[in-house]
Amino acid sequence: MIEERFDAIVVGAGMAGNAATLTLAQRGLKVLQLERGEYSGSKNVQGAILYADMLEKLIPDFREDAPLERHLVEQRFWMMDDRAHVGLHYRSEDFNEERPNRYTIIRAQFDKWFSSKVREAGATVLCETTVTELVQDAYGRVIGVRTDRHDGEVHADVVVLAEGVNGLLGTRADLRERPKPDNVALAVKEMHFLPRETIEARFNLKGDEGTVIEAAGTISRGMTGMGFIYANKECVSLGIGCLVADFQKTGETPYGLLERFKRHPSVAPLIEGSEVKEYSAHLIPEGGYNAIPQLYGEGWVVVGDAAQLNNAIHREGSNLAMTSGRIAAEAIFQVKSRKDPMTKDNLALYKKMLDDSFVIKDLKKYKDMPQLMHIQSQNFFLTYPQLVSKAMQNFVRVDGIPKIEKEKTTLRSFVKARSWTGLFGDAYRFARAWR
Amino acid sequence: MTTELAVRVEDKLFYNRYLVDAGRAHIKVRPHTVPTPALLTLLKVCPARCYELNDSGQVEVTVDGCVECGTCRVIGEPSGDIEWSYPRGGYGVLFKFG
Repeated sequence: MIEERFDAIVVGAGMAGNAATLTLAQRGLKVLQLERGEYSGSKNVQGAILYADMLEKLIPDFREDAPLERHLVEQRFWMMDDRAHVGLHYRSEDFNEERPNRYTIIRAQFDKWFSSKVREAGATVLCETTVTELVQDAYGRVIGVRTDRHDGEVHADVVVLAEGVNGLLGTRADLRERPKPDNVALAVKEMHFLPRETIEARFNLKGDEGTVIEAAGTISRGMTGMGFIYANKECVSLGIGCLVADFQKTGETPYGLLERFKRHPSVAPLIEGSEVKEYSAHLIPEGGYNAIPQLYGEGWVVVGDAAQLNNAIHREGSNLAMTSGRIAAEAIFQVKSRKDPMTKDNLALYKKMLDDSFVIKDLKKYKDMPQLMHIQSQNFFLTYPQLVSKAMQNFVRVDGIPKIEKEKTTLRSFVKARSWTGLFGDAYRFARAWR
Repeated sequence: MTTELAVRVEDKLFYNRYLVDAGRAHIKVRPHTVPTPALLTLLKVCPARCYELNDSGQVEVTVDGCVECGTCRVIGEPSGDIEWSYPRGGYGVLFKFG
């Protein structure tokens, strides 16, 4: 289809792919980006929160024309049982700053804008093109890709696999394993449209201020999972995700969970009267540090969700994607500048640079967290939320029972549910995994 | 506790835009007489309810409403119960918001 040869081919136009393509093009490399959607963003799904710092490194003046929704001034965490939530709520005027730190975004719109920057930088972007396999030479070196276009083989010195969490190419070529059910969560999401003023009144916002609610507890029915509610300008993104392995075990349905979450007495008033305009689903990498595959090889590197780079504790994925894409591109540029070939040994530079960045440092910090949460999901997502909710109710309800009795009741309920050893063990394991 | 809420998934899919590649399903179920446990799981876990049991008790897939999440691939591909590819370029779900 394209006779010419490229310095690099990037497969995918999500956060990682766009960051990689942009960086390569900015450094003067001849780069081809392939995307299967009708435009960059049409296949991409995220909550979504954008972290300014990582985008600033790529496009310093992005605030001038990027389609941003609301800048976040507030973060709420909800621990939920069936009728209540116990909340931790942080709101600060400091977040009303000239260069806000976090924004809500709508991915299809944001990615279209990101892609326009990629094109402006000089990359060739080809949409509506599905890459079907990697082209390897007799020694197994990746030398290009095969697409579903007529005569669809294209060659390049290096292929950047930014193919997403469910990327087929790398797994088909045995460069990495297919994600396992306990390393990915399935999240479903709806876009609820409401008048701007209604959103601002319900979420206590003014102007372009935004808020985020992350919720965990009985909404996931004992599975490892979380719900989220993000305020955009004229719509609310609302969704819930749980580990695929837990869906397998329990036989729960994702839409059943979503419906239950929407009908929760703490949630329903926020979206009452809304018009739903989209229903989407996506996998999220949840395996953390221990699930990161081989990141580079002969003629290839893997970035973003495809490389399981997601911080499940801090709900950070797109910034790890952007950063890994940018770092991979910088490594490729360095190898290229030295006129060295794109061999496994030379591309090891990408891994080294990534190890030195916050991406791998953060994932390493929480390396034991996924396992703890996955194995103890009943305790952390069902038992404790219920206990905490009861304790709070006991604390705030005034009913003539002496406070000392109330405290004893609360303590007894915790010990009864988890035993002293269980309580101390959970606290110890949690602290250790957090450290 | 398992009081199942009545959810009409087809109504949810109606919000979405699709370009269906007629006659070229991107997911195929391996022919079987009795469904494996993995296939039965897909009846419930697929967020677009693409998998259904037919009258003679086999699991069938209709990909028209597929949102391309890949959950069935993670569960059903290792055992060979299903074959999974992406739709051809430009086809499949077209997210307006994502």
